[in-house]
Amino acid sequence: MGDVALSIEQLSVEVEGREILHNINLGMKLGETHVLFGPNGSGKTTLLMALMGFPKYRITKGKIIFKGQDITMLPLDERARLGIGMSFQRPPVVRGVKMRDMVAACLRGREQEESISQLAEKADLADFLDREMNYGFSGGEIKRSELMQLLAQRPTLTLIDEPESGVDLVNIALIGELLNSLLEKDCPIPERRCMGLIITHTGHILDYVNARTGYVMCNGVIGCEGDSREILATIREKGYQECIQCFLRRRASSG
Amino acid sequence: MAEMISPETHKEKARAAAAKPAAFGEDIDLGTYVSSAEEQPYQDDPSKLPARAKERMLEAGVILDDPSQRAGTFIQMDNAPVHSSVRQEGVEVMSVSQALEKYDWLSDYWWQAVAVDTDKYTANIELNQHNGYFIRALPGYKTIYPVQTCLYLAKARLAQNVHNIIIAEENSEMHIITGCTTASNEEAGLHLGVSEFYIKKGAKVTFTMIHSWNPEVAVRPRTGVMIEENGLFLSNYVLTKPVRSLQMYPTARCVGENAVVRFNSILVAAPGSTLDVGSRAILDAKGAKTEIISRAITTGGSIVARGYIEGNAPDVKGHLECRGLILMGEGTIHAIPELKGTLAGIDLSHEAAVGKIAEEEVEYLMARGLTRSEATATIVRGFLRVDIEGLPPLLSAELQRAIEASEKDLM
Repeated sequence: MGDVALSIEQLSVEVEGREILHNINLGMKLGETHVLFGPNGSGKTTLLMALMGFPKYRITKGKIIFKGQDITMLPLDERARLGIGMSFQRPPVVRGVKMRDMVAACLRGREQEESISQLAEKADLADFLDREMNYGFSGGEIKRSELMQLLAQRPTLTLIDEPESGVDLVNIALIGELLNSLLEKDCPIPERRCMGLIITHTGHILDYVNARTGYVMCNGVIGCEGDSREILATIREKGYQECIQCFLRRRASSG
Repeated sequence: MAEMISPETHKEKARAAAAKPAAFGEDIDLGTYVSSAEEQPYQDDPSKLPARAKERMLEAGVILDDPSQRAGTFIQMDNAPVHSSVRQEGVEVMSVSQALEKYDWLSDYWWQAVAVDTDKYTANIELNQHNGYFIRALPGYKTIYPVQTCLYLAKARLAQNVHNIIIAEENSEMHIITGCTTASNEEAGLHLGVSEFYIKKGAKVTFTMIHSWNPEVAVRPRTGVMIEENGLFLSNYVLTKPVRSLQMYPTARCVGENAVVRFNSILVAAPGSTLDVGSRAILDAKGAKTEIISRAITTGGSIVARGYIEGNAPDVKGHLECRGLILMGEGTIHAIPELKGTLAGIDLSHEAAVGKIAEEEVEYLMARGLTRSEATATIVRGFLRVDIEGLPPLLSAELQRAIEASEKDLM
């Protein structure tokens, strides 16, 4: 396996003056997909937003190294151009801006019309290219549209916020396919150049996408790290309550 | 048609209204403008007009070098028609003074869709030297290419008086693109224009008007439209260049069953521009429909965006959408959507929104790799995009080009 391409070191993040994430450490190599579990409100989305560089999510301590470069102070759009992309859980409606324009913007002039149609076909959104961004989209349509844009953008690191939320069974299989394509799951492992960090509350997405490492986030810290399926099995069996209890016990004993 | 009124009666009414202020907008002192200009020579071949004039006209959508995509052309400079021609059977294009000589019945239409005593501007047109265009589609004829007209202000401080009559006879179809512009980028001027549209049974007219004035020009168009049974009137108005003061509130009356009117307006107010622009639809016949859409952007100027729909007959339907964007500076947008229903069984609605660009939307686009200014430009372009149903692709593309040309000025 290659070197660490994303390294989050002792990262603390505050939102509107309140510290949400405390001392987060996380490392990822090219080709890997990691999964972030955690109960609602534990800080999962905050971590993704801070990695993407949204100004509202202020880094107060620590640093983010991406492809050897310290990007802690780098603005949102520069991070995007450097190779970080994000699938939003609830993207805003942008009236008047058509999906076709968005995909073209993501392609940044690399390829054009033909690839836009192909991508739309792949995401089952061929009829949506002339629709306004996210206007009147269903849950599944939003997810597919987000992943289609990312397929056009081709980021090295893809941050994916709850890919299965609000999605029916038919859609989730297609979303899994798109994710696998985005994360180059069809490539031999040593040749993969992409990384993924997926947030999931329920873990359903793991039925469709393989992920190496899992983390459980509680109260703004990473409570534990391990094999993603093993963690999911524990959560399914015992619920997040047990994770939290476990985390609290360990924190108490470590003083 | 309504009863015939003698020309003298029009003059009397006009004299009585000569000092009557308009219902909306700043009162313009007509005394500060000159009312006549030297005669402009008639030009058989419009491509021989001065290069500067052609360039200005082109900015307003009027193409003179290659008329192949136009069904006809009419050009008026100051108060003199300098060219009129037709390239397609079934369409008539001429100056309104010629038309009045040719057709004695034309007086039946004179001041029928707009009242001569509406305000001092309509009165002034009647009382002073004026001209304008007459465009008519003969019964059953459908044109593919648009007829183009240009009203051009050449002389400084001139009051240009225009009275246009447009008639679409039964089951005809016609597209008109009209560009209004000035020779100078800075000289003061006044444009007063009356346009009366008569859309007969089953006829369809699209009217696309592009205004390209200068920061010293005042503009007071007065438009009335009568739409008969199954008729359609589609108006597109684009103003993206600076103007000192512009006030207009075109009114369409659906007088025949299932008549349809749609108004789309795109307004941009630069610093120093004062716009008061609305669209009014009166649904007087069963099953009549309207849709009024306006997009207003200010970069420092002031905009009043009005809309009014009145439903007076069963099964009428109307929707009004008024969206404003304060892009920068000290601009103001005042959206005034109004609905009036006078009986049960009508369906009228409106939505209005005024705001700045949402930061969340800008950041969403930035997360895809666009810079802040690229993201803002994309959102503004989207805001100005109005998908116009029923407009031929050629005109749609030209309209889009005119709008996109303004984006440079906005950013």
